[in-house]
Amino acid sequence: GNWSRLAAQQRLTQDQLLQFDTFGNVSLIHITDIHAQLKPIYFREPEVNIGVGDNRGKVPHVTGADFRRLYGIDDGAPSAYALTYNDFSALAAEYGRVGGLDRVATVVNAIRAERPDAILLDGGDTWHGSYTCYQTAGQDMVNVMNGLKPDAMTFHWEFTLGSERVNEIVAGLPFAALGQNIFDAEWDEPAEAFAPYKFFERGGVKIAVIGQAFPYMPIANPGWMFPEYSFGIRDQHMQEMVDEVRAQGAGLVVLLSHNGFDVDKKMASVVTGIDVILSGHTHDALPEPVLVGQTIIVASGSNGKFVSRVDLDVRDGRMMGFRHKLIPIFSDVITPDPTMTALIDAQRAPYEAEMSEVIGKAGSLLYRRGNFNGSWDDVICDALLSEREAEIALSPGVRWGPSILPGQDITREDIWNMTSMTYPNAYRTEMTGEYLKVVMEDVADNLFNPDPFYQQGGDMVRVGGIGYRIDVTKPQGERISDMTLLSTGDAIDPARSYVVAGWASVNEGTEGPPIWDVVESHIRKQGTVTPADNTSVTVVGA
Amino acid sequence: GAGAALVSFLPFRANAAAVDDLIAEFTGGAEMADRGVELIAPEIAENGNTVPIEVSAPGASAILVLAAGNPTPPVAKFAFGPLAGSQTASTRIRLAGTQDVIAIAQLGDGTFARTSKTIKVTIGGCGG
Amino acid sequence: MASGVKPRVKVPASASAGEVITIKTLISHQMESGQRKDSDGNKIPRSIINRFTCDFNGENVIDVTMEPAISTNPYFEFQATVPETGEFKFTWYDDDGSVYEDSKPITVG
Ligand SMILES: [Mn+2]
Ligand SMILES: [Mn+2]
Repeated sequence: GNWSRLAAQQRLTQDQLLQFDTFGNVSLIHITDIHAQLKPIYFREPEVNIGVGDNRGKVPHVTGADFRRLYGIDDGAPSAYALTYNDFSALAAEYGRVGGLDRVATVVNAIRAERPDAILLDGGDTWHGSYTCYQTAGQDMVNVMNGLKPDAMTFHWEFTLGSERVNEIVAGLPFAALGQNIFDAEWDEPAEAFAPYKFFERGGVKIAVIGQAFPYMPIANPGWMFPEYSFGIRDQHMQEMVDEVRAQGAGLVVLLSHNGFDVDKKMASVVTGIDVILSGHTHDALPEPVLVGQTIIVASGSNGKFVSRVDLDVRDGRMMGFRHKLIPIFSDVITPDPTMTALIDAQRAPYEAEMSEVIGKAGSLLYRRGNFNGSWDDVICDALLSEREAEIALSPGVRWGPSILPGQDITREDIWNMTSMTYPNAYRTEMTGEYLKVVMEDVADNLFNPDPFYQQGGDMVRVGGIGYRIDVTKPQGERISDMTLLSTGDAIDPARSYVVAGWASVNEGTEGPPIWDVVESHIRKQGTVTPADNTSVTVVGA
Repeated sequence: GAGAALVSFLPFRANAAAVDDLIAEFTGGAEMADRGVELIAPEIAENGNTVPIEVSAPGASAILVLAAGNPTPPVAKFAFGPLAGSQTASTRIRLAGTQDVIAIAQLGDGTFARTSKTIKVTIGGCGG
Repeated sequence: MASGVKPRVKVPASASAGEVITIKTLISHQMESGQRKDSDGNKIPRSIINRFTCDFNGENVIDVTMEPAISTNPYFEFQATVPETGEFKFTWYDDDGSVYEDSKPITVG
């Protein structure tokens, strides 16, 4: 209730959140994977996040009580709310919403007050993920981010605006658009619109910031939307770039990466000479950097929930030490920057009426994050099954999308926060049981391949209407078993065709209504949505 | 997105006998060393219809490339002339599913070397 | 004859004597594999470029035998030694008997 909320917030102050003993001669500020969340939201971190191979049991594959134990966080503490999933609804009632780019602006400004030439770096997945971002083809985010004055950015979902739109925005950006792995697909040469790196002079140090866009863009997203570009990990080219900037006198090499955390760990182990990796894409939030060899890797969460500050002491061409803080953006504690609030509200004003329409109510906590299912995705799968009259539903295992508390209204904006994308068509098709298994094995291997360079950083495809067993330790083709049609209890027949509804197909020309209309219609009929506990996935080898 | 519903996409069984015959035809049945030829290819193909590969074998007269899991395994044979600046070549190939790509070089001394690499051709994940 | 076939090559305009340069070539071509079927279920006959060569002043740089597994719009990147001023000649041989050619001069200064 209100009393406990006040009590909790009295324990927290803006000064406490921002408290930092300025250190060394260089400051980096990292934000990433905002997914167009301009306003404060709720965001529940995952309960299930399994690491495989060498990353088994290592951060970020540690959740809940294990995570709190690892970092010495008390149950119920602000950090427990920000970084773990337990008691989420109760803690959310106490601590309130997180994020909001006007609060982020306050934090950035405060850091700049202490270190005026701090370098602000945006890890990408910025121009995607909301009603206004979709309606303005990313312009709302471009306008607001320009207000934050970043120094450089790299990319992932941005490319789903289509290469023409991306090129148009990038041509006008007042900061560097970086990607050493963004290549011209035809001639296999570095793409002209994206520099591999940019130099900054700070605190008497030459700092090179190298960009790394999401390597598997044309597989995880529709390649036909940006056919001129090729990506890939390109670790050899990365080493060439590091050597090149070192030869040009870089005393500090920073990698602004959208690889995903485990991929960045491997990259740090195969490429020598990177001091700091600011890691994005897998949406992990870590209170301390992870050290791989001489490289520190920083993970700054998603959806505007965190800002990382890294102060570095760089002398004689070497990183001598660092100080780091993952700053949670408690929206009721951090005073919004009024200029930024006005800028954000101006972007939203033309759409406010449509966005704020209440469609239904959450009967229980709706969240997305988790390797196999989330209650929000269960709602989406239920919507696909009933609205598209299908036996089986498939919903992509993306990691963006805020949470909704029990009893909270669900607005049109909330639905779009979970579904907004430029390829939203909810298809209805037939798949054989055999093909369905191929699809699921394929996605599982993109998540659980023991070699991080084969991982694409999403979660397992969400399923409705079927159950299955997965052994994450098995090789591709052998992980998925016991596929069962829940409506009959029968085993999935490899030879039989099933009616499958899904969305976010990467195929050009996919037909069907946009997923947000499907979900809205379903929620309207339900009134209050309370998805049943999902027990359809049995996980082995975790 | 994992809803790549319309792509027909089943793994092909490698045609081992055909591959062995093609190799024997190129090498005359000679032994193959596992050093002397290099094959560079992505871990995961962005698009199975156009997968970049690079083969390299210093001093080689020719390099044969085979895709063991394609319905017909031959891909290309690169013969290097006197003005080749290096015995290296890049091209883009079609792969009908995840499989091993094999490169065999006839080296300057007439001996042979072989290497292979698994390239994954995937329907796609979903992403963070 | 396949339609819209257009070769493109990238060669530096100059080099020093004996220098090793990188050459890139592309030719727009369907590379019909012979494995595909049309909408009536009939096999579309194979129609590919089956050989590509690069020569300099009459001496060979590379000679590639190509199979249907080479992608649409065949691309090759390779290196050549440039002994003297002269001309690179590029030749693509089509299944249908067509021969496509391009050439690029290079100056050794
Ligand atoms: Mn991403
Ligand atoms: Mn993201």
